Amino acid sequence: MDKVRGLGDFALFTGRSLGAVLATRRLWTRVARAVYEQGFRCLPVILIVGTFTGLVLGLQGYYVLNRFGSEALLGVLVSLSLVREMAPVLAALMLVGQAGSALAAELGIQRNSEQIAALDTMGISSCGYLVTPRLLAALFVFPAQTALFVAVGLWGGSLSGSLLLGLDPGVYWSSVQRAVESEDVFECLLKAVTFGLLTMSICAYQGFHAHRIRGATGARAVSAATTKAVVISSIAVLAADYVITSFLI
Amino acid sequence: MTTPLQNGSKTGGPRRNFLLEVDDLHKRFGPHSVLRGVSLGVPRGTLFTVLGPSGAGKSVLLKCLANIEKPENGRISFDGRTLDFRNHAARDSFRRRCSFLFQGNALFDSLTALRNVALPLEQTTSLGRGEIRVRALEALEQLELSDYVNHYPGMLSGGMQKRLALARAIVTQPEMVFFDEPTAGLDPLRRNAVFAMIAKYQALFGFTALIVTHDIVEALVASDRVALLHQGEICFCGTPDEFASSAHPVVQSFRDSPAALRSTLDGLRCGVDAPEQS
Repeated sequence: MDKVRGLGDFALFTGRSLGAVLATRRLWTRVARAVYEQGFRCLPVILIVGTFTGLVLGLQGYYVLNRFGSEALLGVLVSLSLVREMAPVLAALMLVGQAGSALAAELGIQRNSEQIAALDTMGISSCGYLVTPRLLAALFVFPAQTALFVAVGLWGGSLSGSLLLGLDPGVYWSSVQRAVESEDVFECLLKAVTFGLLTMSICAYQGFHAHRIRGATGARAVSAATTKAVVISSIAVLAADYVITSFLI
Repeated sequence: MTTPLQNGSKTGGPRRNFLLEVDDLHKRFGPHSVLRGVSLGVPRGTLFTVLGPSGAGKSVLLKCLANIEKPENGRISFDGRTLDFRNHAARDSFRRRCSFLFQGNALFDSLTALRNVALPLEQTTSLGRGEIRVRALEALEQLELSDYVNHYPGMLSGGMQKRLALARAIVTQPEMVFFDEPTAGLDPLRRNAVFAMIAKYQALFGFTALIVTHDIVEALVASDRVALLHQGEICFCGTPDEFASSAHPVVQSFRDSPAALRSTLDGLRCGVDAPEQS
């Protein structure tokens, strides 16, 4: 029963935060700051993880395809794996680990130090001021970071396939071009937007309600809320990925 | 002895003068009942202090009044109108007319002093950027913080942070300011300074101040009226003079606690000294 109540509360929290778009003043300045926090600060991790994912995909794919004499299809394997599944999921997990945990911890501390209560007593919507900009930023940042992940992943695949294993770069890039269709890009962006909204809402909800954590107060409550935020968000990404894939496949 | 039932009304004064009136307020956390029918009236333009020992429910009372906590039962009236916090328009109107000063100041550490003070104006009014800046600078100047406009709260001393929080509270020109333990954790000199600051700005801006504290001496000197909260109930409400002369046993024990401590310590010292003398 508690879980159901929690889900309802989470839905109301997200709805309230999105509904505050029109009522929150000077929203776009805070959205820009949130884009910087989620986007710019997470750039290095996306670039590094994206490159290594592409490198591994290229390496593994080459040897698997080599068994069937189909190395020329390496571009297809790398691009479709990245665009349809790996880039949205891995980028979302990386963003949860960096931006999501930071958001949960920041809101938890603000709850502890009564900054959230202060906003409410000033007649400022705490959801609108603190959460709405982060959710809106996620709608831009997650697709952009996912696209970047795909780009560096493809480059990583080309690096291991062409430079290390001797596949003709022209063959690799032409198969990439032939393989990726608009439906794949749509699926990729849909997943990115969904994961962004879902994970940032979960992280914000956990941090915002850090005072409700049972058996912990103060710094321990913030720590517990942050851990919970990352764990639930990661599970939610994988679960949502399965649901979206099963509908779109 | 003056009780909440005296002075013509349950809340201790003629009703028409009250800016804030609380009637039969109840609040519990699980099985623990914190407020058990609190009733009091805060006259307009006064400095009203709610005294009480730690754990008496003072902060909970203040949070119920500011709608941070939701009471189970009771009625809160502001300026003659009963507040219904479920009505968003009424709640927003009440919040525009009141400010709340938190025990830990609740300043935004990522914003400069100027941005902290400007925040309520930015978010709740339709004033232009220029006007907001002028008003925020004015409030900072009145609180003698003009030299610290671009400082972050973490770069300011405890007293300055308190003044910054007060600047943020008064920038919207509220009719009433709630102070939650404004002197908690301060030494006696700083306690005096904080009460002097509150009294000074209360007189300057004319707002009604409701303070909860357990600092008896400072409260009795600075306040126009005091109430004593004991075990979730108001057991005294009157002027500081009435408090000083009250024969109510709880008031007496609270008021005479330094004397009681002295007597206990004297007794202990006698006990320690006795074997040495023999």
